[in-house]
Amino acid sequence: MGNVPSAVKHCLSYQQLLREHLWIGDSVAGAFEPAQESSQPSGLPEYVKIVEVGPRDGLQNEKIIVPTDIKIEFINQLSQTGLPVIEVTSFVSSRWIPQVAAGATEISVFGAASEPFSKKNINCAIEESMEKFEEVVKSARHMNIPTRGYVSCALGCPYEGNITPQKVTEVSKRLYGMGCYEISLGDTIGVGTPGSMKRMLESVMKEIPPRALAVHCHDTYGQALANILTALQMGINVVDSAVSGLGGCPYAKGASGNVATEDLIYMLNGLGVKTGVNLYKVMEAGDFICKAVNKTTNSKVAQASFNA
Amino acid sequence: MATVKKALLWRLVGSASLRAVSTSSVGTFPKQVKIVEVGPRDGLQNEKNIIPTPMKIKLIDMLSEAGLPVIEATSFVSPKWVPQMADHAEVMKGIQKFPGISYPVLTPNFKGFQAAVAKKMYSVGCYEISLGDTIGVGTPGTMKDMLSAVMHEVPVAALAVHCHDTYGQALANTLMALQMGVSVVDSSVAGLGGCPYAHGASGNLATEDLVYMLAGLGVHTGVNLQKLLEAGAFICQALNRRTSSKVAQATCKL
Repeated sequence: MGNVPSAVKHCLSYQQLLREHLWIGDSVAGAFEPAQESSQPSGLPEYVKIVEVGPRDGLQNEKIIVPTDIKIEFINQLSQTGLPVIEVTSFVSSRWIPQVAAGATEISVFGAASEPFSKKNINCAIEESMEKFEEVVKSARHMNIPTRGYVSCALGCPYEGNITPQKVTEVSKRLYGMGCYEISLGDTIGVGTPGSMKRMLESVMKEIPPRALAVHCHDTYGQALANILTALQMGINVVDSAVSGLGGCPYAKGASGNVATEDLIYMLNGLGVKTGVNLYKVMEAGDFICKAVNKTTNSKVAQASFNA
Repeated sequence: MATVKKALLWRLVGSASLRAVSTSSVGTFPKQVKIVEVGPRDGLQNEKNIIPTPMKIKLIDMLSEAGLPVIEATSFVSPKWVPQMADHAEVMKGIQKFPGISYPVLTPNFKGFQAAVAKKMYSVGCYEISLGDTIGVGTPGTMKDMLSAVMHEVPVAALAVHCHDTYGQALANTLMALQMGVSVVDSSVAGLGGCPYAHGASGNLATEDLVYMLAGLGVHTGVNLQKLLEAGAFICQALNRRTSSKVAQATCKL
């Protein structure tokens, strides 16, 4: 727009803007209220549980190997933010006992809605993987360890292309039926758009209650927040994200990966949806880990704020 | 100048104040969305490097070939304030004017923007009011609230949204606007144009990412994404900068 110099002179100071729009002034974890009064838009959940996957999904897709003490410091910082769930490394192999012996109190199993992806990613066909997971989940339940199920390629596959909502439903139902407490539906290569998200969820929600579902959207094509908004409008209230949008996409060189937790929180705060998370502290954790892995943040909120 | 004036379409762009008010539920999507490409104006004017006139003309021609129905070509403002737009007359003269494509020219808006002002602008003859989230602070709830207020005064068919991606909210905000019936969206190829208010922050919504979403939704835009990507690659090279479009980043082989 024209007249930029005088517009800049007369605008609010940027620090004031940060306070108003990022609610940085009220930086107490769990007691975070938006500065402006807003009533809850209808059709959206009152509370969204954010599952922070940065330390696991994020770091595993970063080139630089992060030393253990830095990982620990990173996770400790995230623990101060109010994030209710922080995913640390958790793989299931046929030798899953070491994870439990190492102190894991929750585990995850990774299925896929695509045969070629399942074979390439975990070295076995979908049916075979489900049989293996059944054993694991059963044993975990005996030890009172909850299991989260993941379904990769929920909106598309790098090898197969289009994935039907029916296939996603079939795999999700299997995982839920064997005892997974929550199924995270992953748009692994970020190709989904609000329409395909809606169709997939409509199908899955016929078999699994929305409270047992989560969405894990990748931002490879910039669609993540729009897809998450669609999921929220449909009643989903658990969302996976990664601080700073850590983790690129192993299928598209140079492309982005996870949706940034900061940007997700910004949207949820603006919508009046409670998260219990302190955005400013998440930004600090993001700043810390980006310096550690020597990369610039993928979070737009962080980019807008740290350079002010 | 007289022939140039005939080709002008007056379009006023302002910033809406986004205040939260309670809302009602969402509807379906429009079958067709008109994309207003603001890269050559809003985008370039917020880029540091000055682009030579022939390159601006080439960019606009490439965008025309991509099928964008409206391309905001330049801005008739004082070169003292906006040096990037100093060559506005030569640009208008040099571009190929494809039939069926409009090439509006920006006239700066000096006022803040509320529903009452939108009503006034509409009543004095503006064919379209573009509601701009100038600093990108909006979220889908505030977008819905603002549109509800404006739509009491101006028919939705005369409204456009111009979302900035400074906080990563642009596409989600645009989606909300579409759900409310807006069918004209401003965007900028490669997400050109940073934010003059937050150093290092991004600015416009990238046209490629918008087209990707609309194509996935089955909404007709008439835009050829491949050609759009080429135009984006061209201008980023000229500006010596990386694209801000995620779709471009995902499809680029580099």
